[in-house]
Amino acid sequence: MGDTSHGTIYGINGPVIKVRGNHAFQMLEMVLVGHDRLVGEVIRILKHETIVQVYENTTGLKTGEPVVSTGKPLTVKLGPGIIGNVFDGIERPLVKIAEDTGIYIKRGSVMNNLDTEKLWDVKMLVEPGDYLNQGEVFAEVKETESVNHKIMVPPGIKGEVIEAVGDGQYNIEKTIVKVRDEKRIHNLTLVQEWPVREPRPYYRRLPLDIPLITGQRVIDTLFPLAKGGTAAIPGGFGTGKTLTQHQLAKWADADIIVYVGCGERGNEITEVLEDFPELIDPRSGRPLMERTVLIGNTSNMPVAAREASIYTGITLAEYYRDMGYDVAIMADSTSRWAEALREISGRLEEMPAEEGFPAYLPSRLSEFYERAGRVENFNKTLGSVSIIGAVSPQGGDFSEPVTQNTKRFIRCFWALDKSLAYTRHYPAVNWTNSYSEYSDELSGWYNEIAHPEFMNKKAMLSRILQEEGKLLDIVKLIGSDILPDEQKLVLETARTIRQGFLQQNAYHEQDAYVPVQKQYLMMDSILRLYEKTTRLVSLGIPVSVIRKSGVFEELIRIKYNISNEDTGAFDELNMKLETRLDEIESDYKQN
Amino acid sequence: MNVEYIGLKEISGPLVVIDGVKNASYEEMVEITVGKNKKLGRIIKIEGEMCVIQIFEGTRGVSLENTHSRLLGKPLRMPLSMELLGRVLDGIGRPVDGLGEIFPEKSRDINGEPINPVMRKYPRNFIQTGISSIDGLITLIRGQKLPVFSGSGLPHNKLAVQIVRQARITDGENDNFAVVFAAMGVKYDVAEYFKQSFKKSGVLDRVVMFLNLANDPVVERIVTPRCALTAAEYLAYEKGMHVLVILTDMTSYAEALREISSSKGEIPSRKGYPGYLYSDLASIYERAGMVKGSKGSITQIPILTMPNDDITHPIPDLTGYITEGQIVLDKNLAFKGVYPPISILPSLSRLMKDGIGEGYTREDHPQVANQLFASYAKVQEVRALASVIGEEELSHIDKIYMNFGREFEKNFISQDFQENRSIEETLDLGWRLLRLLPEEELDRLSPEITDKYFKAPESREGDF
Repeated sequence: MGDTSHGTIYGINGPVIKVRGNHAFQMLEMVLVGHDRLVGEVIRILKHETIVQVYENTTGLKTGEPVVSTGKPLTVKLGPGIIGNVFDGIERPLVKIAEDTGIYIKRGSVMNNLDTEKLWDVKMLVEPGDYLNQGEVFAEVKETESVNHKIMVPPGIKGEVIEAVGDGQYNIEKTIVKVRDEKRIHNLTLVQEWPVREPRPYYRRLPLDIPLITGQRVIDTLFPLAKGGTAAIPGGFGTGKTLTQHQLAKWADADIIVYVGCGERGNEITEVLEDFPELIDPRSGRPLMERTVLIGNTSNMPVAAREASIYTGITLAEYYRDMGYDVAIMADSTSRWAEALREISGRLEEMPAEEGFPAYLPSRLSEFYERAGRVENFNKTLGSVSIIGAVSPQGGDFSEPVTQNTKRFIRCFWALDKSLAYTRHYPAVNWTNSYSEYSDELSGWYNEIAHPEFMNKKAMLSRILQEEGKLLDIVKLIGSDILPDEQKLVLETARTIRQGFLQQNAYHEQDAYVPVQKQYLMMDSILRLYEKTTRLVSLGIPVSVIRKSGVFEELIRIKYNISNEDTGAFDELNMKLETRLDEIESDYKQN
Repeated sequence: MNVEYIGLKEISGPLVVIDGVKNASYEEMVEITVGKNKKLGRIIKIEGEMCVIQIFEGTRGVSLENTHSRLLGKPLRMPLSMELLGRVLDGIGRPVDGLGEIFPEKSRDINGEPINPVMRKYPRNFIQTGISSIDGLITLIRGQKLPVFSGSGLPHNKLAVQIVRQARITDGENDNFAVVFAAMGVKYDVAEYFKQSFKKSGVLDRVVMFLNLANDPVVERIVTPRCALTAAEYLAYEKGMHVLVILTDMTSYAEALREISSSKGEIPSRKGYPGYLYSDLASIYERAGMVKGSKGSITQIPILTMPNDDITHPIPDLTGYITEGQIVLDKNLAFKGVYPPISILPSLSRLMKDGIGEGYTREDHPQVANQLFASYAKVQEVRALASVIGEEELSHIDKIYMNFGREFEKNFISQDFQENRSIEETLDLGWRLLRLLPEEELDRLSPEITDKYFKAPESREGDF
């Protein structure tokens, strides 16, 4: 420990401590605070004093206790053993902590982030004499049944392989390859370290033209998110942010899911832990937990670690992106993270900007969201990180600073609506003030892969909903009875769209996840009906007569009645509805 | 360790500053002697040899010179023992019922420690409260934190008492329960009302009461819920009891926090509340739950009065983000004479989805609840329309909704203070109300459930 330098604690105020007696601390360096060696980070350096934020509860800490420098920034360990695990905000394994300290999280539980004893089956891909560049894959480990973990050369290292072990079982600390460059020899193990606040490098960025399919109709069809894109889910309490995030974590077609529970409820982490091992990924047929990493800093855990948890999450996501995987990271909720910034900023007595938030809130948000993207890696693979951040606006008011600043850095906005949630319309995504800027870039994919008519039909669907919005303003004033029949039909069709299409039951076997093909067919059936009924109405048949025939109700129930695989059933359904409407027409003509 | 510090450097509201302190630790307890009185305080900030101390009993009568202080070397601890049951304590856990000291089996830091999420058990057991609107639509689950958002003049205390009296667990663990009651800044007669009600329903010997009344020191209010929850954790996780914790009134608690924050000179965020209000409230609410390795549970019912009946006020707002739902009381319903005046639409129980239905309550429960919510939401739309164009002008179907709304409020939400309805009665009542509506209006029901419950002739008895 020759190069470590000491300081001593001078002042304590919640998670913020003042250190004196050493001037050699670096900005954003990780330090160990007190006799319990609590993890902290240097956040400000003054002439005589260094300010440190501590990632653990500071109760009982005394002035005069030592603060030890580590000489490196806050880093995470990246290697096999991440997937399926639950970490706290600074990548300490919660399961391991539970084994050591029981139901409560005790302080100063410094330990290895990843299991150092477990032996992994390593398949080597290089031999002595090979040349390795940064990011290149030199070994493979089957991390779970669903995830093939590629061991890569850490960024900044390249050279000739001078030693390599054979295939076999190794722990993560064993040197398996030695690489020599001009200056020195690098020992490579299964694990590498990376500072969480720094984005991991890639070769180049790619356009975002592939959607992240989520199986949620209102998202995939109306407001799609691109792989490598960014989305925000704002909503007051009780509007279903977490429910929506869980749905996305379950069904999004990403290879890896990083779920960051940031300052939210403990039971929500527990729910994921209980549900995910039992849920089956529709694509791989394996439990969802085998592709999921959880990071939990619940609302009662130390606030400084909440600030770090978001960075820890995105760093893990980038690491798997580098292997060529499509990664989606769910941050629930970014508002808690912003509040953690505010709390620390307040304790530093910084000049606040809006509502007490620090002036650097927008730059921190943009730094985070800019780490999303679809890229070509140094090892020629293609990977992506998509960010979906929940926002919990105070009082459900979208004009508050976190929502407003987030809006500037995301391109997909899924606004959750209290009045929809009150009627138990879930997902409560409001279709009038949500948007996706990716629609145009993704239209090629939808028209090619889903159906050539997809974008046209979607536009029609949106038009009907928009029309309804206008009409409802009138209805609120004078009632729906005196509207002309064409407009009543619009209302009826929009109701069918809302209840049969936009509303989706997360707990129904068939409805929890719906493939894009079926989404198209559902949309198609509704629009066919609209077309046909418009004709009937123009003939003078009242909407009430059409309504009585039950065609709309029939359509509303297709989400339950037609299974995801049974696409043929739609032809039958369309035929059936058509005949029924023809009957109405002929009856009407006879009378 | 027995160094005494004479005099103070500064006094500001409930805070005092002592200079020249060596070896102080953060959140350590301090005993300050003023004449013959001893006051307790807690170190909340250290700057070199200067300590800022929060005095629990207030600073009245304290001067810069008439005190001497002693550091106690440890954070505030709560003595714990089974003897707590049936006792009345003050806001920092000292007996005030004249029955003598409590002999502690052990003591715990009142701040507790965060529960490791991997050691939690996801709550799934339904608690029957006998109140239709709660059981049917906002189901309470064992281990849940479900606050009551109320306003002044509304019967939230009565509702809490009815819940305590009627709460039944379905798996025969009924004898193994305890109630921890923490009053923060409530009036004497409110505390007395709770005490008498507990006595009447014969549960008093299973209740631990912590009283910080409206005229008690404000700083003490900050630790009252923490003492109460430390006792609750002991009873639940160490003694395996099912503990119902009632915290009233959280608004007074938050205001106490604001008062202290402003005397510390902290930068305020919304409405003058400190920026850490969310984390602070979470450190209380998150102490509800169930953990692995213990059969006990802590169910929290915090009560808060919304200032100016504003649900977007920081206190209810931040509470709603932490708790697992909320029961919202409504003035308009109370004016109409509805008891309990629970406003269904903004109320919610987040945990109910996993604790109701087949195997828990009854298979039709999720769908009935969903349909009642949707139909009652429609009633609100129709009412808004009726207030513009008059009820006479409404269409036929809208008139049916108006009628449904009235009957729903009269028969489902309303119920007597003494009336205890089983979950089956509640659900059947729900079906009877839904039958007021034509079948094509019921879009949240599956065909099977409709056939079995909506159309079934045997359950149609007593239809409206």
